[in-house]
Amino acid sequence: MTEARNSAPTATGARRDDFFEQLPPALRDGLRVEPGSDAARCTVVCVRQKLRELCRWLFQEIGYVFATLVVEETDAPSWSIAYLFYGPERADWVHVEIQQGIDERTIPSISDIVHAADWHEREAEDLFGLTFEGHPRLGEFILHEDWPDGVNPMRKAFDARGRPERLPETQWEPPTVLQAPGAFAMPVGPVFSDYAESAHFLLETVGEDVVTAIPRFFYKYRGVEKIAEGRTPEDVLLLAERFSGTSALAHGLAFCQAVESVAGAEPPPRARALRCLLAELERLRHHAAAIKGICESTALAVATSQAALIEEDLLRLSCGVAGHRYLFGALRPGGLTLDLAEAQGRELADAIRRIGTRLAELQGMLQYTSSFLDRLEEIGAIPRRLALDYGLVGPVARASGIPWDLRRIVRYAAYGALEFDVPTEAEGDGYARLRVLFREAEQSIALIDRLAVNLPAGPVAVAVAPREGAALGMAEAPIGAAFHWVRLDASGTVSRYRLTSPSFTNWHGFHLAAENFAFQDFPIILASLGLSNAECDR
Amino acid sequence: MTKWVAKGLRTGIKSTRYPDTLEPAPGVSPGRPAGTHLDDDESGARLCGLCPTGALEAEENGVAVLLDRCVHCFRCLRGDAPAVVRWEGDYEWAAIEREAEDARRRLGRAFGRSLHIRFLDAGACGACMSEARQLNNPYYNIHRLGFFITPTPRHADILLVAGPLTDAMRVPLQKTYDAMPSPKRVVAIGACALSGGVFGPSFVSAGGVGELLPVDVVVPGCPPPPLAILHGLLVAVARKPPGPLRSAAPDAG
Repeated sequence: MTEARNSAPTATGARRDDFFEQLPPALRDGLRVEPGSDAARCTVVCVRQKLRELCRWLFQEIGYVFATLVVEETDAPSWSIAYLFYGPERADWVHVEIQQGIDERTIPSISDIVHAADWHEREAEDLFGLTFEGHPRLGEFILHEDWPDGVNPMRKAFDARGRPERLPETQWEPPTVLQAPGAFAMPVGPVFSDYAESAHFLLETVGEDVVTAIPRFFYKYRGVEKIAEGRTPEDVLLLAERFSGTSALAHGLAFCQAVESVAGAEPPPRARALRCLLAELERLRHHAAAIKGICESTALAVATSQAALIEEDLLRLSCGVAGHRYLFGALRPGGLTLDLAEAQGRELADAIRRIGTRLAELQGMLQYTSSFLDRLEEIGAIPRRLALDYGLVGPVARASGIPWDLRRIVRYAAYGALEFDVPTEAEGDGYARLRVLFREAEQSIALIDRLAVNLPAGPVAVAVAPREGAALGMAEAPIGAAFHWVRLDASGTVSRYRLTSPSFTNWHGFHLAAENFAFQDFPIILASLGLSNAECDR
Repeated sequence: MTKWVAKGLRTGIKSTRYPDTLEPAPGVSPGRPAGTHLDDDESGARLCGLCPTGALEAEENGVAVLLDRCVHCFRCLRGDAPAVVRWEGDYEWAAIEREAEDARRRLGRAFGRSLHIRFLDAGACGACMSEARQLNNPYYNIHRLGFFITPTPRHADILLVAGPLTDAMRVPLQKTYDAMPSPKRVVAIGACALSGGVFGPSFVSAGGVGELLPVDVVVPGCPPPPLAILHGLLVAVARKPPGPLRSAAPDAG
């Protein structure tokens, strides 16, 4: 099992008892603790009245992290609403599940306790028609105002090719939070800047300084979770790779690991090592691009060009290794579609070391360029406490001092046997995020260098025979933790695909970095967070 | 600041000589399938069955490729079938579906060396935008050709669109196009913008940009590499001839 592969073996029963013993006595009534499909997981079937208290205990008392909300419509028909938590220090998982009749549409909101669940609840309200009691802001979120009320596209009965009639002449009315004399709002987007993904930001200001930036997203919602239903795992892999093309390998890997977990298949050692190699190559290229973005946002032209040359060289290297500049098509459930020849591995290691020298030189020059540092320091700072409350992930969280990384926690693929650092910084500002990017890139270079010339021998794939069941696949994408929940039906096709991306998680906390700033710093804040709208909107 | 100037000078000129000569560096293009001669019908049918987007078409003497549909899944190259397709490593992929008859959309010779481009993301995955963005890097440096990316549609001659066209982007796309002065052209890049790719048509997405706007030049690929996008821009101002949209099976392998 993916989740348990490299963790210490624990008897399933012991794990369940262990959890039950920890529970405060007042919480035990009305809960049913079931062992999960593997040792590191258990499912707690919970009554509605206990949901908030149990989630509060998990998050606030024992420090578990909210990963995702998985809503499923079962054949019964009934609702299964599962809140997935994990212990970042203990590497175990608790699925808190509510089961209720299909006509019961309300459920208590937990987002005032576990704030990371906020957007998940809004999404479920929009797409499934559930109501989260006590949530202050439900309503138009993923589907914009012209989508007819009461039509919930993620419901089983909704046809993924159907085109419900849109409401005519609807106009979005921007919210105004700021009440002050002379206050006004500057709309930015969805079409803005030279190159920008489609997203809208409402900057509220009283003149020079912007007080708050309110994002409006999902212009790029392609309904990936819905259109995946009824497709074969091989065809859903195409979606997993292509919904966010700049982190294709990480998402493809998370999806493949979910399918392999359901099928009980384990890719051979060579495939697992090669997957890590490709994942680090993707991380390195992504970070080079993010560094380029930061240099560009501060208008430092030569540094932008230097980073851009590194990025393009990495794209060309990726193409040489995997046949595709963004590593599309390299993965398949059970392993890989390609192998790396020994000579290729040596060449790759040499080329990567040269890239490392160039990145180090760039970093050395940047850290002594005071005009550059002035633009980054104390910009868009996110304090550690808020980053924890919002459940932020990836380099953004690590720049705020949260050392979590799924490569360490879950130890998927071959990461359990690999040594690497997970760098953190304390300040949480733009410069801390830049330093984390450089230091992570350094780690990726060391990993590729070692892996490329030390691959275990053997085949690169095993056959996978899909069977009925569900599993969670996880990977640390370049932007952070990615969770892919996949349910396969008896015919082996995907019947539910829940895709939680690090950009979705981190955009939720975007406003923390975009408060009381000067207007000219807006592009720098965006670049230093380095989030993707394609990955968020799905 | 002098250290940056010195660094820039030390780096030297990195720009490609394309379009004057072809770019020989490896890794500038993933290549793509081409029409393949096959001796038996059975392996042709098997190859066509592997393609998730219907880009392969059985012909009398092999398989043809509908190039605008290919999403680079590599199944026809790395699949389990005994026969594989021919793979071509070029990048001059841009094609014209039909010549613009409308004079307001035709760009004359005057635009050939002074062209302003507005990029628009109509629901793209990020890879097409990343490749389009590379056009500004020193390797491709489109400024040397008189091509510029502009943030405002008011200055734009070309609308460069990626993505399958999500419903929420219909109005912004139409408004952007309307804001551009005539003459103007639309260049659609990537399999999604051409046919919806793996996403559309669906309940929230169209099957390509052509459903809303008159598309003049299409650049296939998933994503098209920077040189293919550059070829598309050169085709739009008639500085390069367009390529084909269909690659037929040759008579003999």
